[in-house]
Amino acid sequence: MTDLTRLTAAGTAQAVAAGEASATEVARAHLDRIGEVDAAVHAFLHVDTAGALAAAAAVDADRAAGRPLGPLAGVPLALKDVLTMQGVPTTCGSRILEGWLPAYDATVTRRLREAGVVILGKTNMDEFAMGSSTEHSAYGPTHNPWDLARIPGGSGGGSAAAVAAYEAPLAIGTDTGGSIRQPAAVTGTVGVKPTYGGVSRYGLVALASSLDQAGPCARTVLDAALLHAVIAGHDPHDSTSIDAPVPPVVEAARAADVRGMRIGVVRELTGEGYQAGVQQRFDEAVGVLEELGAQVHEVSCPHFPYALAAYYLILPSECSSNLARFDGMRYGLRVGDDSERSVEEVMSLTRAAGFGDEVIRRVILGTYALSAGYYDAYYGSAQKVRTLITRDFQSAFEQVDVLVSPTAPTTAFRLGEKLDDPLAMYLNDIATIPANLAGTPGLSVPVGLAPEDGLPVGLQVMAPVMADDRLYRVGAALEAALLTRWGRPLLEEAPAL
Amino acid sequence: MPSITRAEVAHLARLARLDLPPEHLDRLAGELDVILASVARVSEVAAADVPPTSHPLPLTNVFRPDVVRPSLTVEQALSAAPAVEDQRFRVPRILDEV
Repeated sequence: MTDLTRLTAAGTAQAVAAGEASATEVARAHLDRIGEVDAAVHAFLHVDTAGALAAAAAVDADRAAGRPLGPLAGVPLALKDVLTMQGVPTTCGSRILEGWLPAYDATVTRRLREAGVVILGKTNMDEFAMGSSTEHSAYGPTHNPWDLARIPGGSGGGSAAAVAAYEAPLAIGTDTGGSIRQPAAVTGTVGVKPTYGGVSRYGLVALASSLDQAGPCARTVLDAALLHAVIAGHDPHDSTSIDAPVPPVVEAARAADVRGMRIGVVRELTGEGYQAGVQQRFDEAVGVLEELGAQVHEVSCPHFPYALAAYYLILPSECSSNLARFDGMRYGLRVGDDSERSVEEVMSLTRAAGFGDEVIRRVILGTYALSAGYYDAYYGSAQKVRTLITRDFQSAFEQVDVLVSPTAPTTAFRLGEKLDDPLAMYLNDIATIPANLAGTPGLSVPVGLAPEDGLPVGLQVMAPVMADDRLYRVGAALEAALLTRWGRPLLEEAPAL
Repeated sequence: MPSITRAEVAHLARLARLDLPPEHLDRLAGELDVILASVARVSEVAAADVPPTSHPLPLTNVFRPDVVRPSLTVEQALSAAPAVEDQRFRVPRILDEV
């Protein structure tokens, strides 16, 4: 019998619709797989066995009754623990929300349910999505399925690892500075940050509201596109949601054709600081795109080297005000309420006890950057750099249709290696941050293993606002060409768990 | 840019409602110095004639129709509260007088 956990999402939906496998069998196969490997991987913070089986049974009942099935009916999915799901614990990887049961579904969650997606549970993440390794989770790190001693990326390491370890064919991540794309790169999977405003943020616990965007994680580009189409689209509950048709991402993934496309290699996102094997695989992949009929040019984005600095002022500033809501008054942890202490003392004790080191570091940094006397020099200047980076993108997209770069400067590093050096950790996002600052979409697709360590390397594609379909066109073309070259998907090179 | 003293960090922690022990404040002062020295380079290119961007979308004044919609019940809204009294959130004392 076919191992149902090895199917793609497209293949699973097809098998369920054709009656070759029931949604219940598919859900059970994945729950079993989670039971076998998740003690070692720790991709999940909560597995919703009863909810998943009930959702699967509903799909099977719909099919038996001849009712129409959603596009991803019966396909299991792992949901990042930063999106609310009614009645299911949502912690954001933080002690301050331990045991919190949301009273409502995020729009993304609701759309997944309506499409017949079977949500298996909630995935691990750096606390409130602050980090590049999941080591900042209050509930312990996730391990990279390629090498359990290494990080799976972050903040969405749980979602990427769940997909890479065949615990789910699909997952939802969120990307504020690279938290979907960098984990995809270091786990050999596909991850997409849609255009800012393309996917509703309603029910997504905010880190930095002007940067956060939810998006798909998958093992193939087509699967990511199918998931993108399900979760995207205008939502009146989110005032920053774009009221325009969803770009034709599924058609683009099926077309997989780059003939005549102009592809720009970003000069500032290569060379120094990038691991030799990462650079080598990236260069080879660019060569493949050229062989497929794309015109490749080098493009300069002169302000990209300032993106990291601007980001680490804008993000802490926004997060220091967003996280003010965790005050121990209406939900979550409350510490020290002895009916003597004042509300201010209880808040201060609660927040110090409930937040981890990285969250505290960024809240303090943001409070400083927004302080009177420093505002213009720090936050004000960072906002100007944001304008310059947006202009760099605009002038680049006058010359080319998409931009490419390595997704992350290195392959997966060892757990603990960068934990005591915040600046070294921040450098992981050097190539992914510009797209968040400009609101443009980005995708990471696997392009091979670095020769020096045998670990996955990702290539990033970036496109103009609301041209997300171009990401899928390029990603799918590259994926197909590399599959022909390799003879089998890259993930099959990973050691058995 | 100035090097951060522990007293400054203590002030920031008070503003941010974080009751941190002295050794944590010391550690943060050192870390903030390093991070701020690195991010201060934004001022190299932030010329006076560059307008600031606060948000990637040029959206202003997004309204929805003013109609009554279903919302959370009182029970749902209070379901995760640390303390409840008479259908309200119960909070510690807010004024100085007990």
